[in-house]
Amino acid sequence: MKKLMLGNEAVARGLYEAGCRIASAYPGTPSTEITETLAKYDEVYAEWAPNEKVAMEVALGASIAGARSFCAMKHVGLNVAADPLYTAGYTGVTGGMVVAVADDPGMHSSQNEQDSRHHAIASKVLMVEPSDSAECKEFAIKAYELSEKFDCPVILRLSTRVSHSQSAVELCDRVEKDLIPYEKNIDKYVMMPAKAIKRHPIVEDKLKAAAEFAESSELNRVEMGDTKIGVITAGICYEYAKQALGDKASFLKLGMINPMPTKLIRDFAAKCDKVYVIEELDGIIESHCRNIGVDVVGKELFGYIGEISQTIVSEKILGTKPEFDTFAENVPVRPPVMCAGCPHRGLFYCLKKLGVTVSGDIGCYTLGATAPLNAMDSTICMGASISALHGFNKALGEKAEKNSVAVIGDSTFMHSGMTSLVNVAYNATNSTVIILDNSITGMTGHQQNPTTGKNLKGDPAAAVNLVDLCHAIGIKSVRVVDPYHMAETEAVIKEELAKDEPSVIISRRPCALLKYVKHNPPLKVDSSKCVGCKQCLKIGCPAISMHDGKSVIDHTQCVGCGICTEMCKLGAIVK
Amino acid sequence: METKSIMIVGVGGQGSLLASRLIGNVLLQQGFDVKVSEVHGMSQRGGSVVTYVKYGDKVYSPVVEKGEADIIISFETLEAARYVPYLKKGGHIVLSTQQIDPMPVINGAATYPENIVEKLKAMGIDVIAVDALKIAEECGNAKASNVVLMGVVSTKMPFDEACWNKAVEECVPAKFLDLNKKAFAMGRQA
Repeated sequence: MKKLMLGNEAVARGLYEAGCRIASAYPGTPSTEITETLAKYDEVYAEWAPNEKVAMEVALGASIAGARSFCAMKHVGLNVAADPLYTAGYTGVTGGMVVAVADDPGMHSSQNEQDSRHHAIASKVLMVEPSDSAECKEFAIKAYELSEKFDCPVILRLSTRVSHSQSAVELCDRVEKDLIPYEKNIDKYVMMPAKAIKRHPIVEDKLKAAAEFAESSELNRVEMGDTKIGVITAGICYEYAKQALGDKASFLKLGMINPMPTKLIRDFAAKCDKVYVIEELDGIIESHCRNIGVDVVGKELFGYIGEISQTIVSEKILGTKPEFDTFAENVPVRPPVMCAGCPHRGLFYCLKKLGVTVSGDIGCYTLGATAPLNAMDSTICMGASISALHGFNKALGEKAEKNSVAVIGDSTFMHSGMTSLVNVAYNATNSTVIILDNSITGMTGHQQNPTTGKNLKGDPAAAVNLVDLCHAIGIKSVRVVDPYHMAETEAVIKEELAKDEPSVIISRRPCALLKYVKHNPPLKVDSSKCVGCKQCLKIGCPAISMHDGKSVIDHTQCVGCGICTEMCKLGAIVK
Repeated sequence: METKSIMIVGVGGQGSLLASRLIGNVLLQQGFDVKVSEVHGMSQRGGSVVTYVKYGDKVYSPVVEKGEADIIISFETLEAARYVPYLKKGGHIVLSTQQIDPMPVINGAATYPENIVEKLKAMGIDVIAVDALKIAEECGNAKASNVVLMGVVSTKMPFDEACWNKAVEECVPAKFLDLNKKAFAMGRQA
């Protein structure tokens, strides 16, 4: 049976068919749907871990126990999980271990545009890269075979367009893999210096063997057409190049990214007049070609930034330009915004009003940095809000402490904010940390986390009590506010900023998009009372706009949260 | 057959993912090679969102580039103007007359262009403009405006009504099936 599947769903299907038993992941666009899909297969145990490092260690532990295991993350998540990955390269595996990593060229939903292929090379593990959903399934299955054949974790590299494009996939039955009986093996799995030093030569040997395998593996494919143009490519770029060039070029499509073949590339290049390397982000394939003495054209033509496309390939190689008409007037941009009824809005309005420095973090609430709120000063990576605020306050002293906060979501706090809060308590700054507890992992599309009381399958689970946790860390002053009540929220922030001790404010209100959240009827503007003062526009609600000098509420968006009624001193916003 | 391209554009949260699933389902029933490309994550929070659907004998790139779209389906009027450069010469636009002010317009930093439909038509484009929101509300739920618009689109594509109905049944949760069937039928008549 053929089915249209997202690349991510197809990866999950491949893992399932290959007999994967244990999966652990932290959500991250564009990787999230892999684990969500896996959770629907009863034969696979799947969980949301608090962060990617935990997920990878769970997968490695399951592999040591003899099970085929899996973990998934977005590109920046691999930085968090890099520590276990680099040593898992040394220990190798017992049951096959696959690590899916989804890069985000073009930064559709990310804070940087890093190329995870560097990690595969640096950690000395194998990496394969599919181009469409059918290959996502096929390569996931192949990755397990390679993992067990070469005694090594295998990274399945994805990118936004592969993960989030649907194409046809042939479904097959699951092949159960028995657990490989557990045997204690100190030399292989206890990575203390005397043991690890003996593992390193083994790692180098298996990379050599894998490179030899890459010369003839069906993961790498030659498609000969016109030999005036030769293209070496991988992943989504293969699709762009095929559409743009078709029979006008010959292709070497690399499915195996680490290690790459040598002879195969040299032989292919020798048959073509001019060879282009088409790859997004960094010049990994290009550098390899140059290292083995193959002259190619790559980054000087395609650059390092953003996504490539069929148009770019046509323009750069064939010199053709697309024809199109443009709308004659300026079309205003439509940036993402906090949703109508978003509980973060009231809090950020308070922060803007107070004029405090805001150390931000990763999540929907990063949108607090956008107009008209503009209430954020920095955003770096998961968990950095609290540690960066501590450093900021250490550098600038008491004046900064009284006028700065960190904002971090519930899921991000569990991911890596907790350790930063330990640092605030232990090394003593009078920092004020606001945990935006919307009872879900929001930006990635509503995943459960250790504070929500539910697991990945939606079953009841232990819930971290944030108030107790903060107390246990050593924060004495912990307050809970409802951000729909802005006056009270503002008063509490002021009180906590004034204190000569570290404090935590938990701004608690479930995400307005959660299915169980009951909405109030939409509010209306009494146009006889509205004077068009635009006060209500200051909160940046997408449901409120001005038409003919009066404010208007879009009934299809408004969920009746009521924070705009606190803005209107004339009582013009009514039920 | 040469690859055909459809773009579905709108504002994050308007239901473009369901719309693309419906079309994808219909095209797969016809035996085409199909690719549907979506964007998840931050832009879904009220930003400008775009979904690509491509079909033919063999589809490679899942994305639609400028000058490639045979049909642009727009859930919001301004978004049709934004993506018009993606339309192929002689292509069609099916749009909902719903207008949602983007934040720069709300803030007063920009203005929402007037008479977009007329201006698109003046460019020589075949534009079908429908008040899908009003029709959806008549069906009982504003959220079904995406399916209303798909009903309109179905009249512009050479596939049987039965295929579309089958797609609606397979893509929509049982709870909302009656509503969406009605919305689709009303869209076809609009």
